[in-house]
Amino acid sequence: MMEKIILGRYLPADSVIHRMDPRAKLMFIFGFVLIVFLANNVATYALLGAFTLFVVFLSKVKPQFLIAGLKPVIILILFTFFLHVFFTKEGELLAEIGFFTIYKGGVIKGIFISLRFFLLILVTSLLTLTTPPISVTDGIEALFGPLKKIKVPVHELALMMSISLRFIPTLLDETDKIMKAQMARGADFASGPILERVKAVIPLLIPLFVSAFKRAEELAVAMEARGYKGGEGRTKYRILAWKSRDTVSLVLLAVLAAALLVLRS
Amino acid sequence: MGDSIISIERVSFQYPDQSDFALKDVSLHVQRGEWLAIVGHNGSGKSTLAKMLNGLHYPQAGHVTIGGLELCEENVWTIRVKLGMVFQNPDNQFVGTTVQDDVAFGLENSGVEQTVMKERVLTSLEKVGMASFLNQEPHHLSGGQKQRVAIASVIALQPDIILLDEATSMLDPLGRDEVMETIRELKEREGLTVISITHDLEEAAKADRVIVLNKGSVYTEGTPQAIFQMDQELLQLGLGVPFTVKMSHLLAEAGLQLSKRHFNEEELVKELWTLNFEK
Repeated sequence: MMEKIILGRYLPADSVIHRMDPRAKLMFIFGFVLIVFLANNVATYALLGAFTLFVVFLSKVKPQFLIAGLKPVIILILFTFFLHVFFTKEGELLAEIGFFTIYKGGVIKGIFISLRFFLLILVTSLLTLTTPPISVTDGIEALFGPLKKIKVPVHELALMMSISLRFIPTLLDETDKIMKAQMARGADFASGPILERVKAVIPLLIPLFVSAFKRAEELAVAMEARGYKGGEGRTKYRILAWKSRDTVSLVLLAVLAAALLVLRS
Repeated sequence: MGDSIISIERVSFQYPDQSDFALKDVSLHVQRGEWLAIVGHNGSGKSTLAKMLNGLHYPQAGHVTIGGLELCEENVWTIRVKLGMVFQNPDNQFVGTTVQDDVAFGLENSGVEQTVMKERVLTSLEKVGMASFLNQEPHHLSGGQKQRVAIASVIALQPDIILLDEATSMLDPLGRDEVMETIRELKEREGLTVISITHDLEEAAKADRVIVLNKGSVYTEGTPQAIFQMDQELLQLGLGVPFTVKMSHLLAEAGLQLSKRHFNEEELVKELWTLNFEK
């Protein structure tokens, strides 16, 4: 169970992408998500695709991990593809199968939209594969820091995120234990109609919630005992360092955006 | 009292909507550098006392003075730096996502500078023998290792007193020994004052002095040796005498000439196998 559900499947390695500042990576991803929508013809998609492959190459992440990350969304990608193939009625008619008609414009649009999805997911999963979750949290806290001025509890939100990340494996372990305990008492989680199976989850969730609340209370006491009194006057153990490669990455992204603007039709 | 680091004077405490006092007119002192065990059965008030020493509860009557400071809302943050606490559940006190982040948490809270922090995290992890686990995540550690990290996070703040609130009760025997050994070494090297709150008399046996709490008041106090003499009385208080003590008691009754009541298994075994040499 533990192996199947791994959030933020970070793969430790040493690459330029791994060493990038999480703030730069987050800004890069945000920019990339925006400029993907600039592409609208073969040249622009080719350029985007080549750029993405280059980034993947730099990250030294093995392709099978990226493919594994794509698995859950492949259905969605195929669905959008066929949606366009069957319902966009542009260009010349390619085929007519009974009720369905397929136009050339539909196929092209289907390919483009799927490709767009594909690139977006590839790049965002690259973020989680090359950045430890705690660094992502640090990056978010730093990037949203200015919002503190308008009373957004940025520090608290970041702490909440990092504590949730820390407790995911603990709670998964616990779920496993409770499940086994209930199975030992004759509970059946794996068979029966859907409704029965949903009902079977209740005796799993209630003890889990009870213990999560108990943990939360104890953790709060332990944090207070260690002198936690909010973000005020607090120093940070992890210091983010913005290097020239981070600037370069954002410049590259800007160049890409400019090229797309020129090439798009 | 000459050099007492903690003094508790006639303290009472009652939880809201409970008729009995959790602590009733308790007075006790802790000497600088000693190892004090506070034992008692569930509901004896020992956990309430632990929480009071860390300012998680305030006394309703009486005074608590820790390191010369009166426990009140004004001083509580200074007191929390002087007195570090290790709790029962190894998981529910691990705040950071990795070992080093967890040790740094307390330092971050007190606004220690980052370069100093790095150094202190490393030295305190070295002191508990966990320096090679810097980047480990908590779910890859055993209970004993997590408790050692908790001890490291306490000593990173350079406290005078370390308070163990049932810190070994959720560990297996191996983990328990590993944690107690760490504490013993630290106490010797750093001159820490140790207070261990426990219902495990085997743990209490390692202390210099034992205080027995019952129903919210001090029942008796003395050296572990003296406390263990009264085994029937302890049983009535819901405290089991350690096996080794029971064993040496029964052996003495059976007519063996033991030099003393042992509460250290090794000592007992040694005396037993050398017993016939002197004949």
